[in-house]
Amino acid sequence: MDNLTVLEARHIYKEFHDPITVNVLSDISFSISKGEFVSVVGKSGCGKSTMLYILSTMDTDYAGELLIDNESMVKKKEKELAKVRNEKIGFVFQFHYLLNEFNVLRNIMLPALKLGQYTEEEIGERAMQKLQMLDMGKLANKKPNQLSGGEKQRVAIARALINEPHIIMGDEPTGNLDKKNSEIVFDVFQRLANEFNHTLLIVTHDNSFAARTRRVIEMEDGRIIRQ
Amino acid sequence: MKFKLTFSIAKSLLLARWKQTLVAAIGVTFGIAMFVALLSFMTGLNKMLDGLILNRTPHIHLYKEIKPRDKQPVDISELYKGNYNFISSVKAGDSRLEIYNNGFIMQALRKDARIRGFVPRIVAQVFFNNGTVDINGIINGADVQEETRLFEFSQYIVEGKAEDLQNIPNSIIPGIALAKRLQVHLGDMVTITTAQGERYTLKVVGLYQSGINDYDRVQSFASINTTQKILGKANNYVTDIAIKIKDIKQAPAMSKEYARLFGTDAEDIQTANAQFETGSSIRLTISYSVGITLLIVAGFGIYNILNMMIYEKMDSIAILKATGFSGADVRRIFLTISLSIGSFGGIMGLIFGFFISKGIGNIPFTTAALPTIKTFPINYNPILYMVGIVFSLVTTYMAGLFPARKAGRIDPVIIIRGK
Repeated sequence: MDNLTVLEARHIYKEFHDPITVNVLSDISFSISKGEFVSVVGKSGCGKSTMLYILSTMDTDYAGELLIDNESMVKKKEKELAKVRNEKIGFVFQFHYLLNEFNVLRNIMLPALKLGQYTEEEIGERAMQKLQMLDMGKLANKKPNQLSGGEKQRVAIARALINEPHIIMGDEPTGNLDKKNSEIVFDVFQRLANEFNHTLLIVTHDNSFAARTRRVIEMEDGRIIRQ
Repeated sequence: MKFKLTFSIAKSLLLARWKQTLVAAIGVTFGIAMFVALLSFMTGLNKMLDGLILNRTPHIHLYKEIKPRDKQPVDISELYKGNYNFISSVKAGDSRLEIYNNGFIMQALRKDARIRGFVPRIVAQVFFNNGTVDINGIINGADVQEETRLFEFSQYIVEGKAEDLQNIPNSIIPGIALAKRLQVHLGDMVTITTAQGERYTLKVVGLYQSGINDYDRVQSFASINTTQKILGKANNYVTDIAIKIKDIKQAPAMSKEYARLFGTDAEDIQTANAQFETGSSIRLTISYSVGITLLIVAGFGIYNILNMMIYEKMDSIAILKATGFSGADVRRIFLTISLSIGSFGGIMGLIFGFFISKGIGNIPFTTAALPTIKTFPINYNPILYMVGIVFSLVTTYMAGLFPARKAGRIDPVIIIRGK
């Protein structure tokens, strides 16, 4: 495993001003190298989700510096950030967040269609490969609302993978799933890290989940207390 | 972002709420259909009413007015130069109504490229003899073919044939009200007395109805030659030249030019019928306002539906943004939705509007004042349809703009956290 830095946070601070000024994050600094499987744990309200949204470039209201692929995200415009998210970051949320208007395959294809690197046929094939890799090939033409929670989450993972991102971020991806499905989703993440050398950053409050990842960042009151 | 992708996402969002979409589109359809139908009808009516006067009114009218000279001899005299000269009750000395040199004038007019055509006319004051009673009237000497080409003369002949004026010697077409007063019918003879006291007998070969009764009570038509004969004038005698030009807006300028060039009096259509254009433009303004109001109402419908759609699709918008669609992309998706509703509704509106106006055009409409009109007049001007579709696109674009911008500004973090 090489030590290529994929993501680096340098002294990130964030405050909420409503109704009174509260420090949500203070002095967050860490970096993630390629192929790492990192989990972020902490109690509810410790700022771990807030941190993830900053790292994902969706939240731009912070002080400090964020580098993805050794490139600073601070000065970038909304459109450029969208491009970064599209190309370099794959997302898995607590709630599946699939588009009910499209079938499973199309849902996976959307970010790649946006990127426009391949033709539509090629993207379709790649999406199908991702699905088959996750043993979901049969569900390609179903609508998201015909799927179980665990299946939806795996579709979301397939979608996160479609553009071969540098890092996959998860916000409590197993938070809404039962034990069995959580296990399946965790196994998928494990495979991605081990077999495909993907970089993963997963926020979770499930300590058994975190315990099995290679690196754990623990947060409390907006600070990293252990990494 | 590729248009195809924008369109496919917009389409899916639309079809997911197809009932709402349909209602929005029906709103636009209704607005455009009414707009097209209303304006087709209104402009048709305008055209007809304008035609009532404007068809028969020359754009420029050359004539010779009997009036005293502008410069009286005392003004020209060296002796009284530098004095103020007051003369009251000046009378016109030259009583000739003829346009001098009209042959050359007509030659010059024929060469003028700005002119669509002109007709020489002779106006003769006569008395129609009805037993012992004399009725005041006017005989217009006219070139039937040219009058028909430029002033749609034959359209107003309700009985008989306009060409018979040319073919049958000593013939006349009186106004329908005049014929009634004289108790004459097609084929009857009328006797007239000229101002000089000459008597002639003319054969009625047709009846004329302009739709303006006062006009029909005094006017009648004869060929140029017949009129010249009645007046005892040579065959170059012409009292009026009626000109139609290509661009009606140039009439005032051209009439001044001709007055100077030919030394005649000249009157342009704008001066002669100033109040007429006002009526038309007011009617048109009212129709446009009603049409635009309908469209704005439809626009609010679209605005509402898009706003609702954005609230419903918050999650979808958030996920699109999280996976790399920018605010501009999302905005474009919602504008595409809005414009799709607009173009679909607009095209349907044009089709419905066409059929509604077709329906109105089939409603019988007869009035004594308008002999040639049998049904309501409809103007099938393609420009109206173009304006309709442009309006529908503009209003739906405007209606979509604010919701689309709102959608573009949605912060995915707030949506995703909020769950």
